[in-house]
Amino acid sequence: MGMATESQFHVLAVDDSLIDRKLIEKLLKNSSYQVTTVDSGSKALEFLGLHENDPNTPSVSPNSHQEVEVNLIITDYCMPGMTGYDLLKKIKESSSLRNIPVVIMSSENVPSRITRCLEEGAEEFFLKPVQISDVNRLKPHMMKAKNKDQQQENQEKQEKQDEESEETEKSEPGSQQPQQQHQQQQQQQQQSNNNKRKAIEEGLSPDRTRPRYSGLTVV
Amino acid sequence: MDGVVQLQRQLLDYTALLFQEGFLNDQFTQLQQLQDETNPDFVVEVVSLFFEDSERLLNELANTLDQQSIDFRKVDSHVHQLKGSSSSIGAQRVQNVCIAFRNFCDAQNTEGCLKCLQQVKNEYSLVKNKLETLFKVRKTSYQIFLLFGDKLFRFLLSSPTFLLVFL
Repeated sequence: MGMATESQFHVLAVDDSLIDRKLIEKLLKNSSYQVTTVDSGSKALEFLGLHENDPNTPSVSPNSHQEVEVNLIITDYCMPGMTGYDLLKKIKESSSLRNIPVVIMSSENVPSRITRCLEEGAEEFFLKPVQISDVNRLKPHMMKAKNKDQQQENQEKQEKQDEESEETEKSEPGSQQPQQQHQQQQQQQQQSNNNKRKAIEEGLSPDRTRPRYSGLTVV
Repeated sequence: MDGVVQLQRQLLDYTALLFQEGFLNDQFTQLQQLQDETNPDFVVEVVSLFFEDSERLLNELANTLDQQSIDFRKVDSHVHQLKGSSSSIGAQRVQNVCIAFRNFCDAQNTEGCLKCLQQVKNEYSLVKNKLETLFKVRKTSYQIFLLFGDKLFRFLLSSPTFLLVFL
């Protein structure tokens, strides 16, 4: 039992195989993540509060999205009906969900598949069976997304404050920065995508230096 | 607690044998590493799921290959699932046959597929037997240990007859 000053990260795992769902759930729970598993892409979208045919309905069910905050989605690639790739696309097309990091898993090592997924915005591509060392790579993505959300929130607060205190002519440096930041972030994202693809191809794991799993929960 | 240590060593030896003979691979070790106090039956649960799933798939495969006109895509889909689940628990030999099986599916080779089906049934049967033995020995031995205590337990472990009966 750790002293959790921050709330747990919540991961949504999507896989049509019962065995693989059980495995990924244990892997994630052992890393102290809260886990929800579903067996299809459509169920995943349902859980996320998004309706399949209408990608931009955050106004329809904003509450259900906010109640179940999901910090990362990890999905199998090969699934009947909606594939992991289809799911990834739908998430990235949704204004309410696109900031959630998505990771793809597949039993097949197909380079073109991997490239396609990374280009569509997946953060990682894991080959099955997923290992503990793979799960160790998830935290940075969730932290980054959380920080980004926090930054955006702070920025919005700042802008609001600036607006409110604008009795006198006050310049708004805030309006210029988001654009630049966004471009920078995009560039960084591209760069890190390339690095990730390389890492996957070369089979490197930057987290090699982390202590090996020893049966203790990782805080 | 020496008896338990001895038992653990023997179970390790038996498991090591399964690895040597190629029935299991490192993924099975990963499963064991995932098990902890919060879920002490994790490995048995996952392996049981594998048994259920495999039996279902083998039946489906037999049916699909028994048709007048074989739907090879369907066959491939079943084999793909079996390959996936055997890979997830580390059942190496089953996984290997599935790889060959898929090649025959791609080639729409009925005879090849039927041969593979027989092969995969055999391999499945073997690994199932070995895993069930592993679990049974573990369970029974601990029960004996609890009933009879350490000294008698150690004595039993050194007896070839005992080992023969349980292994």
